[in-house]
Amino acid sequence: MNKIVIENLSLQYSDGTESLRDISMSIRTNAITVLFGPAGGGKSTLLRCLNRLNDLTEVKAVGGQILLDGENILDPGTDTIALRRKVGMVFARPVVLPMSIRQNLTYGLELAGEKRKSRLDEAVERSLKLAAIWEEVKDRLDDPAIALSGGQQQRICLARVLALQPEVILLDEPTSGLDPISTGKVETALQELKKEYTVILVPHSVQQAGRTADYAAFFLQGELVEYNDGKSLFTTPKDKRTEDYITGRFG
Amino acid sequence: MEKTLNWREFIITRAIKASGYSAIVFVALIFFFLLREGLPALVEVPLSTLFSVRWYPIESYFGILPLITGSIIVTIGAALIAVPFGIGTAVFISEIAPRWLREIIKPLVELLGGLPSVVLGFLGILVLSPFLRRFLDLPTGLTAFTGSLLLGGIAVPTVVSIAEDALDAVPRSYREGAWALGATRWQTIWRVTLPAARSGVLTGIMLGIGRAIGETMAVMMVTGNAPVLALTPGSLFSPARTMTATIAAEMGEVANASVHYHVLFFIGMVLFIISLIVNIAASSVVFRSKKRAERVLS
Repeated sequence: MNKIVIENLSLQYSDGTESLRDISMSIRTNAITVLFGPAGGGKSTLLRCLNRLNDLTEVKAVGGQILLDGENILDPGTDTIALRRKVGMVFARPVVLPMSIRQNLTYGLELAGEKRKSRLDEAVERSLKLAAIWEEVKDRLDDPAIALSGGQQQRICLARVLALQPEVILLDEPTSGLDPISTGKVETALQELKKEYTVILVPHSVQQAGRTADYAAFFLQGELVEYNDGKSLFTTPKDKRTEDYITGRFG
Repeated sequence: MEKTLNWREFIITRAIKASGYSAIVFVALIFFFLLREGLPALVEVPLSTLFSVRWYPIESYFGILPLITGSIIVTIGAALIAVPFGIGTAVFISEIAPRWLREIIKPLVELLGGLPSVVLGFLGILVLSPFLRRFLDLPTGLTAFTGSLLLGGIAVPTVVSIAEDALDAVPRSYREGAWALGATRWQTIWRVTLPAARSGVLTGIMLGIGRAIGETMAVMMVTGNAPVLALTPGSLFSPARTMTATIAAEMGEVANASVHYHVLFFIGMVLFIISLIVNIAASSVVFRSKKRAERVLS
């Protein structure tokens, strides 16, 4: 089933650089879709279109449409606040908010109007478990989140997104600053998550793309070069450029 | 060769150390001077007179309470105006205004901060106080409230400038983190950006209030200078006289080492102690409420 359908999406930043050129692709539910390619290819820009975070940067022109469950989210009338609750995002650098671990998790829910303590506690535990960090922090939920290690912070950020029970999870190089062990933990968590959510991941290496992808899309300079299921794309790429990149000839 | 380098190192470190310590020495010397000139007042004037409500030095009434309350009420009024306006403006400049507007407003606000207070005093006398007298139907426009408005205006640029710098220094990723969680712009400002910039914002408020307490000229020109005890909020709308204005107005005409002279220094001492307390209180708030996590961050 297609969760998101992107049709002829183009985007230009105010300084004139073109970041996305005529992208069309469908993203499936309950799968990990990987967007990969060299830096500046438009992967992050595309992610930021999916939760309209680009609204807040200097974007000159956006063309085409993005249908989430059949609704065009690029429509000016879209409720971006509701959209961002539905489409959660984890950033490259873990950004824990300057609060305790528990508050970091309940913050989004409180913004959404949830006040019942039992519900909040339940969400804290559930999402920390899903993000594979419950065992490490359960005894110090009221400590400041900043005191955690980078890998733990990143999983807190993931848990924070999960607490909102989104439908789509966007991850922008979530493991770029992490050691191999933490990376492994995050990747394992993602495999669990795809059972319930639609996961879209910008990996920080081709290897990670290969490890995690159910579907993979290769981006080069704002263009979608190739999009296929992960296995075919990584074993028998159709486009020469994809092959060159995967085999490490450039990038 | 090695020797000369060591010497240079030695001299430079000593010079830096000396300039650092000199700050402490100067404060100590100033305080000592104030004590030497001000403490005799305690001997020459009975305490009951000193802390009475009548200030009329010519007839030897040296009650400083009206001056203290005058300063306090004017300063509180000024803070009530400067803090919300200052933080509001800072938030607007750093979070809401588009880039081009921000590049116009920020320098303008800083220019406002550099205006000599006498010039603002003119505005106070010629524009603000007649307006207030008519608008609020007061017997005179020269009131504590006029002073508060003017002082608030003087303190706003200080608050804005420092608070805006602090807000601007909050990493963009914080805001994006909150937005991505579905926070509205206002929720992001109130729950994430402002708390993250808290110590800078509090410093701005502190310096702004400090400027308001110490301001002399503008206050002397617009508050009416009547040494009346101000205890109720209503006295905000009658004339008042501050400690600074009293010292500035009377110091020129007292005989050296007279009782009046010593009392004026005593007022200076009180002022010094009050601003010391404000500073200590403010910085203890800044440091205590800062959790370990945020110290690591900042």
